[in-house]
Amino acid sequence: MAAAGPSWRRRGEEGLRTRRLTPILLLLGVAALIAAPLGRTDYVIYVLSSWLTFSIAAMGLNLTLGYAGQISLAQASFMGIGAYTTALMTLVGVPWLIAAPAGVALCFVVGLALGFPALRVQGHFLAFVTLAFNTLFFLVARNEEWLTGGSYGLSNLPRPAFWAFDTARNLPFYYFTLIVFLASAALMWGVVRSPWGRAFRGLRENPVRAESLGVDTRRITLLAFAIGSAYGGLAGALISPLVQYIEPSSFAFSQSLRVLLMVVVGGAGLFLGPILGAAVVILLPEFLRFTEGYYLMIYAAAVIALMVYCPTGLIGVGRRLSDRFSPKREVRADMKLGARS
Amino acid sequence: MSAPVLSVRDIAKMFGAIRAVDGVSLDVSAGEILGLIGPNGSGKSTLFNCILGQLKPDRGTVEVNGKSVSGRRACDLNKLGVGRTFQQLSVFPQMSVLDNIILAGQEHRGGLLSRLIGPPDAGLTGEADRLIEFFHLTHLRDEMAGSLSFGQQKLVDAAMAFMAGPSLVLLDEPAGGVNPTMLLGLKERLMTYNREHGTTFVVIEHNMEFVMSLCSRIVVLAEGRIIAEGPPEDVHSNQTVIDAYLGG
Repeated sequence: MAAAGPSWRRRGEEGLRTRRLTPILLLLGVAALIAAPLGRTDYVIYVLSSWLTFSIAAMGLNLTLGYAGQISLAQASFMGIGAYTTALMTLVGVPWLIAAPAGVALCFVVGLALGFPALRVQGHFLAFVTLAFNTLFFLVARNEEWLTGGSYGLSNLPRPAFWAFDTARNLPFYYFTLIVFLASAALMWGVVRSPWGRAFRGLRENPVRAESLGVDTRRITLLAFAIGSAYGGLAGALISPLVQYIEPSSFAFSQSLRVLLMVVVGGAGLFLGPILGAAVVILLPEFLRFTEGYYLMIYAAAVIALMVYCPTGLIGVGRRLSDRFSPKREVRADMKLGARS
Repeated sequence: MSAPVLSVRDIAKMFGAIRAVDGVSLDVSAGEILGLIGPNGSGKSTLFNCILGQLKPDRGTVEVNGKSVSGRRACDLNKLGVGRTFQQLSVFPQMSVLDNIILAGQEHRGGLLSRLIGPPDAGLTGEADRLIEFFHLTHLRDEMAGSLSFGQQKLVDAAMAFMAGPSLVLLDEPAGGVNPTMLLGLKERLMTYNREHGTTFVVIEHNMEFVMSLCSRIVVLAEGRIIAEGPPEDVHSNQTVIDAYLGG
């Protein structure tokens, strides 16, 4: 054993150090996000905004899949519902601050409804149910031209203006997206560290045991879908003014897989996982553009290598490195101590 | 005599042509430790699952503290004061021991919304720490439950069953796979808890030494029926029971 004193006391001290470091790391992270677009081109700022937006969608899927263990291949459809609701309302002059919550609320309700099949089917059966929902959404968005513009989509979508703060240019829009991102991340942090978060993890790890301990697993399953979908809707409400044009293929099944990739690559069930994952999926291909025709191949190889050697995602890589360079925890010290009976 | 905490009337359950439980009735009084034993396939676990709502019996009723619980979900039973442990390991492996214990009590604290906006531990850390200490798990409080030894996961499982302050706890083979030293500790914990809180236990167990020394009354099942019932010393020497175990 490396250090003196009982292992649980040392872990308590480690926890205290981590708690003291967290606000400092948080401030540094926010400062980096504020500084990131300064002096950059419009395109880079646009990509950074896109990263923050997709991070919100991935955070939502991370709640549904990573924390609560309910597979969903429909996150893009909720982004679509949020995007179309916001687009249609802002096009007729409704302010973004009203249109976006309407889209989020609609996604919450639809997500709640999509959660009902999860009460009956699990695993790949549930995956197919959600896949079918995404396909249904895509077909409605493509075929109902009178509402969605069909394959031509909706264009000239306005960006919001808040009194003197107009987000028409990319830099102010980035800061607007950053504010929404930080607020939604703070809310998600509140959810996952609350008793709800513990119940979500209980549902993922052992639903029968969780139910026997009083957790209403039906209600918590529905909530996992509803909240995750609402985050998808919020991301959609940002995509409309970001791209200023939406069309059905932006919310097709392949986009749901892309959001799923963000969650898995970053680390499912870990708070920062989807944010890191979105960075890999959105930003890494941009960094690799100097390789010209090879960038997608290199990107694909990097993702495959990550999944093969560290299926717990980038956060898992970080933890492995931390375990290697810091003193080992005394796992199963109990073997020595016994039950102290 | 006080009203029974658990009252089972004429429970029957068939799986195809197999009669797993065949008209079992029993009452368990407040503060009693009842042992439910029988050879493999005698219907113990099926009866447990019928009592706990995880199987729907073909006939019969179950009452807890005078309230019918037939058809109720497991989460509702828990809120009525019924705790349980499982035959298989049943902790949340990627949560700390402390979080496992808090989860076992949090659903009894406030409403759905207050659990979202209230304190992350639902105000249960102190209570959970006391229970962790009671089960001698303090040195493992912040460990992931999945990293503990089998016996210690059984202790965590037992501690979880007590977190909500139940009036009735059903323990499904608590001694299974636990080493003798740890088993002695577990038995002491259960007896102390029963003495201090008056909690009623129903215990399914194959370890005769454990069950005979823990329980005040034993019910023996064979082929889905009660074949003997009484104090441990009487059941131990009952010829019908010996024959059932030996397949006679």
